[in-house]
Amino acid sequence: MTLTLSLSLRRKPSVIPGFGLTLGCTVLYLSLVVLIPLTGLLLRPVELGWHGFWRVVLDGRVLAALSLSFGGSLLAAAINAVLGGIVAWVLVRYDFPGRRLVDALVDLPFALPTAVAGIALAAVYAPNGWIGALLLPLGIKVAFTRLGVLVALTFIGLPFVVRTLEPVLQDLDAEYEEAAATLGASRWQSFIRVVLPEILPALLTGTALAFARAVGEYGSAIFIAGNMPMSSEIAPLLIVIKLEEFDYAGASAIGVAMLGASFLLLLAINLLQRWQVARSEG
Amino acid sequence: MKGSMSDRRAVGEQAWVRRLLVSLALGYLGLFLVLPLASVYVEALAKGIAPFLAAIVDPDALAAIRLTLLVAAIAVPCNAVFGLCASWAVAKFDFPGKSLLVTLIDLPFSVSPVVSGLVYVLLFGAHGWFGPWLQAHHIKIIFGIAGIVLATIFVTFPFVARELIPLMQQQGREEEEAAILLGASGRQTFWRVTLPNAKWGLLYGVLLCNARAMGEFGAVSVVSGHIRGLTLTMPLHVELLYNEYDFVGAFSVASLLSLLALVTLTLKSLLEWRFRSDEQAGAA
Repeated sequence: MTLTLSLSLRRKPSVIPGFGLTLGCTVLYLSLVVLIPLTGLLLRPVELGWHGFWRVVLDGRVLAALSLSFGGSLLAAAINAVLGGIVAWVLVRYDFPGRRLVDALVDLPFALPTAVAGIALAAVYAPNGWIGALLLPLGIKVAFTRLGVLVALTFIGLPFVVRTLEPVLQDLDAEYEEAAATLGASRWQSFIRVVLPEILPALLTGTALAFARAVGEYGSAIFIAGNMPMSSEIAPLLIVIKLEEFDYAGASAIGVAMLGASFLLLLAINLLQRWQVARSEG
Repeated sequence: MKGSMSDRRAVGEQAWVRRLLVSLALGYLGLFLVLPLASVYVEALAKGIAPFLAAIVDPDALAAIRLTLLVAAIAVPCNAVFGLCASWAVAKFDFPGKSLLVTLIDLPFSVSPVVSGLVYVLLFGAHGWFGPWLQAHHIKIIFGIAGIVLATIFVTFPFVARELIPLMQQQGREEEEAAILLGASGRQTFWRVTLPNAKWGLLYGVLLCNARAMGEFGAVSVVSGHIRGLTLTMPLHVELLYNEYDFVGAFSVASLLSLLALVTLTLKSLLEWRFRSDEQAGAA
């Protein structure tokens, strides 16, 4: 209450009423639902002590799971940067039958419950599935291996690059490309020298968002991953396992490690977005 | 739009490059989106229509459907009201710490779903801060419906707010200020000016919020006790059936959830189209 009061004294005057009420409700609800529970999480590993925390996080199995979650997400985000970039390009620049349907379909990973995505991907990429059966003679096993984790993490990050890139590509003025073409640049040269620098901030933002989403992903990954300790076990699954063993401190240590990484990511994304805004205004 | 299309043709790619890029894009979406979606329905109907229907009218499945609807019916309105409050405060006033507040509202998006469930277990679980007190008073949050609702609220927290804040910021304050100066009360201004202006954005946020609330798996899985017919939402029921090797059952319930996803996507496209035509009408 004193917070809202002091804030309302410091804000610029406005004729619109309801500042104290709406800000008060917002801050109260935010604190109860998000901030206090998260603080509880941050405080929990304290009982382990500094060394205890690192002993949990640097344990072989935990480290393997963390590196799979982060490494796999990075790889998946890179795949999405390239292929998602192509999808965005095709959707904005070309006209082909069914374009609007394809455009709507891109958001499927946002709308499809992750558990459904998980069992569906497992069914398609299992050795007896539609694609798994085609890959098996080539000696490639996707489902129930680390490759399966990569497929799930790619699926979940698919819309981010497309959706961040689309508006930027739409706003891109054709004049610069025309000028480059008139001056004798090849199509590829003008893409690398003219288009890419313009869309790079958005491309990186989308990639970072896809990465951040994939790191914490659980539902779509656990069905297609083999969940073998040290090899195909993702970090969120290890949190669940520790919780089932009532090792709350251990579970929260992994959670805090992941949260710390997510914070750094959020910071990076914010900086990227600021760069993007500065670019489009400058 | 047509004009700019043909302008671009002047600097466009050669036909084979264009064809290659389109097939790459469609191939990628086909492999990762269309095939998995189709497989849900194929697997659900693998043994015919009768087992499919039986899996859906199974009492446990019906209980899961009811629980999912109940959880969404609580979580979505909570977050919608919050979204309206937050966007009013952020869009209509200037105050220090505003960008921090907006960042904090987005926070649940960057938290793993499993961690979102974990935070409530740490607070209300048997070994949590309030666990012993809750047990002494026979209040069940973790492994109960309250825990599922809380975890769902956490996960879907930013959806409505993040749609409304940029929209209301863009719409500015002049209309509200005019209404107030003409003698409208705050409540009248909200119902007659702000809400009609923001209605498509609100609907859009509610739609996405609802899809996530009904489909959430990770967070809910941590706080649900996995008690059949009692604390299983639809996604958790799918997992249970799948782990029991009842694939037809799992994919049958999953097909309902993917139907929800398809309806959501259709409504979303309709809203976007509606929104755009409203904007164009406003501009003209």
